[in-house]
Amino acid sequence: MAPKVGLFIPCYVDQLFPQVGIATLKILEHFGVKVDYPESQTCCGQPMANTGCTNEVGPLAKRFVDIFKPYDAVVCPSGSCVSMVTHHYDEYFQNDADYENLKGKTYEFTDYLTSVLGVKQFSGRFPHKVGLHQSCHGLRELRLASSSEVVGEPFGNARALLESIEGVEITQLQRPDECCGFGGTFSVAEEAVSCMMGEDRVHDHEQAGTEVLTALDMSCLMHLNGIIRRQNKPIRVMHISEIFAECL
Amino acid sequence: MPSHPQLAAEFIQDKDRAHWHDQSLWFVRSKRDKAAQQLPEWELLREQASQIKQHTVSRLPDLLEEFERNATARGVHVHWARNATEHNEIVHGILKKHNVSRVVKSKSMLTEECHLNPYLERHGIEIIDTDLGERIVQMQNMPPSHIVMPAIHIKKEEIGELFHEKLGTEKGATDPQYLTEAARQHLRQKFIQAEAGITGVNFAIAETGGFVVCTNEGNADLGTSLNKLHIACMGIEKLIPRAGDLSVFLRLLARSATGQPITTYSSHFHGPAPGQEMHIVLLDNGRSEISGSDEFRRSLNCIRCAACMNTCPVYRRSGGYSYSNTVPGPIGSILGPARDPKANSTLPFACSLCGSCTDVCPVKIDLHHQLLTWRKEIRVKGFLPFSKRLSMKMMSWMMQVPRLYKLGGKMARWIVPKLPRFLLYNRLNDWGKQRELPEFPKQSFREWMKQNHDKQ
Ligand code: SF4
Repeated sequence: MAPKVGLFIPCYVDQLFPQVGIATLKILEHFGVKVDYPESQTCCGQPMANTGCTNEVGPLAKRFVDIFKPYDAVVCPSGSCVSMVTHHYDEYFQNDADYENLKGKTYEFTDYLTSVLGVKQFSGRFPHKVGLHQSCHGLRELRLASSSEVVGEPFGNARALLESIEGVEITQLQRPDECCGFGGTFSVAEEAVSCMMGEDRVHDHEQAGTEVLTALDMSCLMHLNGIIRRQNKPIRVMHISEIFAECL
Repeated sequence: MPSHPQLAAEFIQDKDRAHWHDQSLWFVRSKRDKAAQQLPEWELLREQASQIKQHTVSRLPDLLEEFERNATARGVHVHWARNATEHNEIVHGILKKHNVSRVVKSKSMLTEECHLNPYLERHGIEIIDTDLGERIVQMQNMPPSHIVMPAIHIKKEEIGELFHEKLGTEKGATDPQYLTEAARQHLRQKFIQAEAGITGVNFAIAETGGFVVCTNEGNADLGTSLNKLHIACMGIEKLIPRAGDLSVFLRLLARSATGQPITTYSSHFHGPAPGQEMHIVLLDNGRSEISGSDEFRRSLNCIRCAACMNTCPVYRRSGGYSYSNTVPGPIGSILGPARDPKANSTLPFACSLCGSCTDVCPVKIDLHHQLLTWRKEIRVKGFLPFSKRLSMKMMSWMMQVPRLYKLGGKMARWIVPKLPRFLLYNRLNDWGKQRELPEFPKQSFREWMKQNHDKQ
């Protein structure tokens, strides 16, 4: 029997970027996965956790585990929300079998595609210069790609998947994995630094010739796109699932 | 105390300077990357260093006693200071006993932490920082803005102006070589006139009772060998158990700090030379308290290489002074609140949680996790602003009731696109100062699911 996947669509993606959820769903179904979207899900609690308000996170963490425990796997098109669940929920559960179990089967979307489904390439064409923004939580918490600080062989499945698409040329950045400056509530609390960081990221992509800017996280892209649109830069922003969906 | 966001915004107002600061430090970070990449065993070294330090901190009292025994046996006077005041009094006492009125100092962040300079100056003692960068900020009457490159925030034109005023160099001169030469002549005088030398300590070795000071300018050697009195000031966490451990740290320190294979001078001190007197002041100043905390103990692993600052995208753009703390950047944002959580309550939030500091740290301190833990502590201690607490409370409450969440989203998606710009983009909307809001879609994902997917 095909595994049953619970689709975890972060609250802000649900409300603001439905196309990302739709693309994710389309791709999973394309590869024969049976997807269920539990309607009672809302937010994993990351904004509260990052502000230090753990009392406010607890109930949301418990809800999350209750909602998603029946599935064979949980898949989410956002590295940072996955990292919240798999790396920062421990303090809300003590020896909780349901949580321990869930932790091991919650995947970032491209990670699920490559390491569980074994997808190696997409058949379509995407004739663009693509800039890959390496979102920090996917990189340095989930270890979905090698980070520039750590010594070792470079790796990165999402990048390899993108490169497999005909016509895609990945642009070379001067700072391959610097933070975009979103950082959740940081983007508002430290507005000046956050925007300067975002501007610098956009500039790095601009000089590298990026036409389409993509990432595994819509939150980074929301921030970067806010700057791109305010400054009228000719860069199009797409979540990686949207690029894949175009190549089906 | 002004908050980090406020001071950061002021620094960034001068965009050119902020860019220049960011790029200077990024250059150092890139050099560090190259130096680290050249050692295939880099990650192994980090692991070793981390384990040695963890072991040291867990046995700190015993090892410190061992150090004291061995140092004393070598003729070193060992002193213990619980806090900054005691530290300064001890140093002053030693100087007074020797009738010293002129002191040269080689870079020591510990004495910055204790505000030793103003203390001694108040007591009529001239104290001159001999590290070029430190001397520059000292002339400006400012603290260092970085722990390894104290004057990294100052441009050479500004140094030219300063030296013209203080050292009588030609007006408008900016040639680094010329300026350095002028500083060297000036410092040479100070070295000759001095009657005592103060240094910091990079590593003290329990097994031998000796200690090591790393500098690039050789000023620790000059300052201590030219006169009869050497006072070394060290934080108790600078200890390592064995002389054999030193190689691990010396290889990591300079590469992490500046990308050099090793610092130009690693001076080993094992007791006074004939006719000299050597003192070492061991300072606690909150460190033993940190060593008792499961959450923050690992921050004592720090060897003050500054790699976390150089890599930190926030530090690079906001400058060292925005932290209002002797040690800025990620590690400073952990140590600062440990000393005074109220005054430093915004520091743990001066971080986008990108985790680069954790990956770069040569002793594997999980810096960004500790910053996150500090945020909780700040909340528990009641130093999180009410507005933030309230908004998180409301958000959590709404997220626990899916119907409310759906309604809230629907209303926002209906209303926001209809609002005139001035209502959306105003003083109250920090997001919108330099960014557009996302374009609100007609339908949420869940609405789309209901209409298009679940019906099939
Ligand atoms: S925390 Fe780590 S990276 Fe930062 S100064 Fe200390 S040793 Fe260096």
